[in-house]
Amino acid sequence: MASTTPAAMSADAATRPPAASAHQEHRLRQRVLGWLFSAPYLVYVAVIFAYPLGFAVYMSLYDYFFTAPGVNVVRPFVGLRNYTHALADPAVRQAFGNVLEFLVINVPLTVVLSLLLATLLNQVVHARAFLRVSFYLPYLTASVAVVGVWLFLFSGTGLVNQLLGPLAPHPSWLVNERLAMPSIALFVTWKQLGFYILLYLAALQNVGRELYEAASTDGASWWSSFWYVTVPGVRSATVLVLLLSTIVGANLFTEPYLLTGGGGPNGASTSPVLVMYQQGIQQGKPGYAAAIGVLLVLMTLVIAWLQNRFGQERD
Amino acid sequence: MRSAWKIMAASAGLGLVLSGCGAGGGGGAAPGNAAMTARGPITVWYSNNEQEVAWGKAMVAAWNTAHPEEKVDGQEIPAGKTSEEVIGAAITAGTAPCLVFNTAPSAVGQFQRQGGLVNLASFPDGASYIESRTGGAAQQYKSDDGGYYQLPWKSNPVMIFYNKDLFSKAGLNPDKPDLSTFDAFLAAARKIKSSGAAKYAIYPAPTSEFFQTQFDFMPLYAAESGGKQIVTDGKATFNDASGLAVANFWKTIYSEGLAGKETVQGDAFATKVSAMAIVGPWAIASYKGKVNWGAVPVPTSTGKPANQIYTFSDAKNVGLFTACKNQATAWDVLKFATSSDQDGKLLTTTGQMPMRQNLQQAYPDFFSKNPAYSQFGDQAARTVEVPAGPHTVEVLQTVRDAWTRAVISGEGDLAQALNDAADKVNGVLAG
Repeated sequence: MASTTPAAMSADAATRPPAASAHQEHRLRQRVLGWLFSAPYLVYVAVIFAYPLGFAVYMSLYDYFFTAPGVNVVRPFVGLRNYTHALADPAVRQAFGNVLEFLVINVPLTVVLSLLLATLLNQVVHARAFLRVSFYLPYLTASVAVVGVWLFLFSGTGLVNQLLGPLAPHPSWLVNERLAMPSIALFVTWKQLGFYILLYLAALQNVGRELYEAASTDGASWWSSFWYVTVPGVRSATVLVLLLSTIVGANLFTEPYLLTGGGGPNGASTSPVLVMYQQGIQQGKPGYAAAIGVLLVLMTLVIAWLQNRFGQERD
Repeated sequence: MRSAWKIMAASAGLGLVLSGCGAGGGGGAAPGNAAMTARGPITVWYSNNEQEVAWGKAMVAAWNTAHPEEKVDGQEIPAGKTSEEVIGAAITAGTAPCLVFNTAPSAVGQFQRQGGLVNLASFPDGASYIESRTGGAAQQYKSDDGGYYQLPWKSNPVMIFYNKDLFSKAGLNPDKPDLSTFDAFLAAARKIKSSGAAKYAIYPAPTSEFFQTQFDFMPLYAAESGGKQIVTDGKATFNDASGLAVANFWKTIYSEGLAGKETVQGDAFATKVSAMAIVGPWAIASYKGKVNWGAVPVPTSTGKPANQIYTFSDAKNVGLFTACKNQATAWDVLKFATSSDQDGKLLTTTGQMPMRQNLQQAYPDFFSKNPAYSQFGDQAARTVEVPAGPHTVEVLQTVRDAWTRAVISGEGDLAQALNDAADKVNGVLAG
């Protein structure tokens, strides 16, 4: 193998044509500029995402608790003890089961309803803006404000039970161990729908008119056009909706905190984030809460990977 | 997706490196002796209800007039889910004020563990001031290390409020209703419901938050047990005969539909959804002009005389925080704000009971002009507090979880549920 001495290299550079050198300089400048433009986002990711995530992993390995600045305390390293305790804790297991139940109801319902409604809204000629705003309004409204309305609707003597008459469940929706989580899933689906409809509406603008015209020429029904043109046409949006609704759903907190009075009845609507709040903030065990949080991240990643694996179009 | 895993792993790695740099307990020193003798301006937080804001502003103005060199900036506690979370976050961030006139005893153990509170007994006159003002009841607020990390400030002894108009409608004596025994209480409750006077007899919050234990189980347990805490000497006591009797009483209330199991919007008593409430005198201001109310002590199985009934204190205390740079001023402000004069103003303005021994003798004019408050003044001498220490919230949550399942929902064996909860609490306290 031939070797090149430094002296030879410098001689080589000296004899390099000026055009090649200018090109290299240009590329270097571009690379620096690229890093400069990326820097704000990289800093954002490091500070807002990477640091808290890493700190959560760090906390989960210790008997960690928050202290006033400058206070010297012993926070013993406990290894994976927080994880083994979390996995053996019936309350944590129930919360993870609850959130899976929530996702099974909420995610498919969100995808189907938002796609259908977006398709219909896309075809509406009159009052289009009004209808779009109407669907978006619950998303913009704070959960705290809307929860009162749902408490009124789904209470024992609420409107829903009055309409159902003898078919009304007993105990009523939000205090019924079987129905509390499905009720929350319905609430969240309704509340978030407007956002996902917007995503689908944007995606629908990219589905070519000529495809619908061709389908129509071939005698396709509305349903056939929807199934064979619209659904494949918005596939990447569907994967996005799946991922976002899963991530949002896995972070469920406000609704069980407010709608079912802290995860009731008997823990039937507790979510992992609610348990994290109880353990980490209220009971002063942030190390344990962090372990639950890391487990939640892992669960969400596995679900998201499966969704991406089976939902994404393969080249 | 493989790249997503890589990003996650890299992020966690980067975060671990970054967090490793910042973690480890810190090496600085907490404000120590220098702060304890320093004087200057300070900030205090007080509760955000109308009456306490009025008292807080007046107290701060009075101090500032007399001490222009040591100004106090009075502020309402910043909004949050609970005051305790706001204070806990402020301790961690090093932004806690000097004094908080709304420190819940259930949170003090954790604040102390965080290194956020000054031991008031470390002031030369600290322990003597607290004990001379509050008397023997101050012992309930003493830390395991013998210090005082809170000044017992005011209590709201929990009693049974009843709506006189609804009681009349139900055919019950509105002036002297017999609610002294569990049986008499249940009989009255059934009458309220069957007569249609109100939808429910009583409506304690049926929700799962830890602090709700303080407003159904604890007042009656204190009364039934003759003043026991739910934890004594590091062991759960609430699964004894008194605890079981109280739990059975409430279970009957729920199983017969005499209390609601759903989250109620607003105040069930003020809106006449229920004819009774279990609450302290702080609520009186909110009933003004809405409810023609009376109050009696909480019931016991045998109907103990009123002067032997204990109840939950629902106290709010004052904490002096280590973030305070001028702790000598803060201690003086604390003594000023809990002086006989200011306690009288607190009583007059808010109707809440300063934790001062011989309260009724100290303010005879107020109690003679406001006879309805006399029974609260009397009851204030017999209150029971939550157990002290860093595990208070966990203990209360454990009791609550057992309560919602076995009492409110009526599932499983009640005695077994209390025993299981007691075992869990003992495990937590044993560490």
